[in-house]
Amino acid sequence: MSVEQFLYREARLLDEQRLEEWLALFAEDATYWVPLEQGQQDPVSTSSIIYDDRTLLELRVKQARHPRAHARLPLARTLHQVGNVVVSKEASGELTVHSSLILVEFRAEKQRTWGALVEHRLRAEGASYRIARKRIDLVNSEAALEGIAILF
Amino acid sequence: MEVFDRDRLAMLVQPDRVHRSVYADPAIFELEMERLFGRAWLILGHQSQVKAPGDYFTTRMGREPVVVVNNGSDIKVLINRCAHRGAMVCAEGTGNTERFVCPYHGWSYDRAGELKAVPFGSGYRQETLKNLQLKPVPRVGNYRGFLFASLSPDGESLEDFLGEAKSSFDDFVDRAPGGELEVAGGVFKHAYDGNWKLMLENHLDGAHPAWVHASSVAVARNAPEPGKPGEEHYYDIAVRQMRQNGAPESVWENTGIWATARGHGYMGDYHDDSRLVVGMGNPVFEEYRNRLIEKTGPAEADRILRVTLWNTVIYPNCSFMSQFRQLRIIHPVAVDRSLVYTYSFRMKNAPERLFRDTIAFSNVVNGTASWVLTDDLEVYERIQKGFESGAVEWAQIGRGHGRDVQEPGALRGATGTSEVYIRAQMRAWLDYMTR
Repeated sequence: MSVEQFLYREARLLDEQRLEEWLALFAEDATYWVPLEQGQQDPVSTSSIIYDDRTLLELRVKQARHPRAHARLPLARTLHQVGNVVVSKEASGELTVHSSLILVEFRAEKQRTWGALVEHRLRAEGASYRIARKRIDLVNSEAALEGIAILF
Repeated sequence: MEVFDRDRLAMLVQPDRVHRSVYADPAIFELEMERLFGRAWLILGHQSQVKAPGDYFTTRMGREPVVVVNNGSDIKVLINRCAHRGAMVCAEGTGNTERFVCPYHGWSYDRAGELKAVPFGSGYRQETLKNLQLKPVPRVGNYRGFLFASLSPDGESLEDFLGEAKSSFDDFVDRAPGGELEVAGGVFKHAYDGNWKLMLENHLDGAHPAWVHASSVAVARNAPEPGKPGEEHYYDIAVRQMRQNGAPESVWENTGIWATARGHGYMGDYHDDSRLVVGMGNPVFEEYRNRLIEKTGPAEADRILRVTLWNTVIYPNCSFMSQFRQLRIIHPVAVDRSLVYTYSFRMKNAPERLFRDTIAFSNVVNGTASWVLTDDLEVYERIQKGFESGAVEWAQIGRGHGRDVQEPGALRGATGTSEVYIRAQMRAWLDYMTR
């Protein structure tokens, strides 16, 4: 599978709310990071909008399915538009993939548009990939934002 | 006749119920900006944000944009508005400067707000220019490093305003083995479409976690058990807190809840998970405790660590958790719109791991995409929509009413879920609004 196809399929899983299948794309040692600050280097001494290991990411998906997750009932409708894909191969054999994301979110009479620069670290597995790391730099991460109950 | 005279306002805030217009009427919001946010001491931040001469940060007092600046000898709070044509002189953010220079016509002011240079200045009458400045906010105060200001030239002292709630700040600062705190680790900013009072009321509400936070409680119960001492997961501190939100009713009812005459409130003593608070047996905690003992001696260290305060609300614009070193400042924008800034603090001379715990706690519990905060925000917005309905007029605040216990300097709720804190906030509100 091409890297582009992989990213499109990942986006499709999120937009079809197939969150468990999306989660399965992540390696056991994966991290999922949405930094708070522009150019943030440090995820442990500076706050992050999301900084999840595989365990926290799984719990986040479980919360989305809970019958009394008020901010997630219903889950927001989303459209993840992925573009500007640039692939580079690391010495380790893993791929670093930069892309841009335009995301439209709709829930409870509110529509929001997000823009982000995204970096995936992909590990080849069989005919596909697993995500070893995903970093999403929102263009407005430092703004006053309303609560975020979606996945980027 | 004034639309909102004393009798009218007093009708809206009764001992055990509040009229919906207090949360939903734009005219009342306008009056609050003038009479409440224009009079009360408001917390602005912490002195560590302006350590060196020239350091500044921008913030708001109610809707007034202000700059907080270290003037070398003291800290000034200046209205961020050029005397000339009204532009905000200082862009929003932080920095260090000798002069504040207006981007419009280059008028420049020193750190005390004095007008120092006016391009094309000869065109003005000099006696006019002589009286112009970046207007200083009349009263500035500092309690143990926390910066306050009041837009009103007169009123009670900061210490009298804080009253018994000083003890919560004392707890916050005393826990630092170096005796000092510093703001660090980034600032979360979040917004919601709801009245500013909704957050302050929620933060002392022991009856809401089991319902609002049911989903994060359930998920946290399924999280991996906390790691052994020295092998904790990054998120253990947050998971413990979320599990604690699901504590049985008896735990909440036995929590202490106190409220002061100015509407401040604090709760304590509800954690049954001793490791959350004292972490005995944990090597990082032991190191921290030893450093505290070096500073204060064993008896004082023991006294400090036995304090189990939870949320404290400083009415009308602040909420903090001394145990977890988190402080939130709320900025009212409109009757149905509020901004909240969430700050994390590092304790001087404490093991760095404790600061990492603060950051993990902030991300998972208080952050904009947290499992916990997002459900609170959803509820605030639903309350606002409910209060915009005119078909039902009143909201109830009578839980425990008539059973409050007067203790020195504060009223104590009969049980931990008493709404004594909302009643106190509303009494303070009425006092400011009708003074």
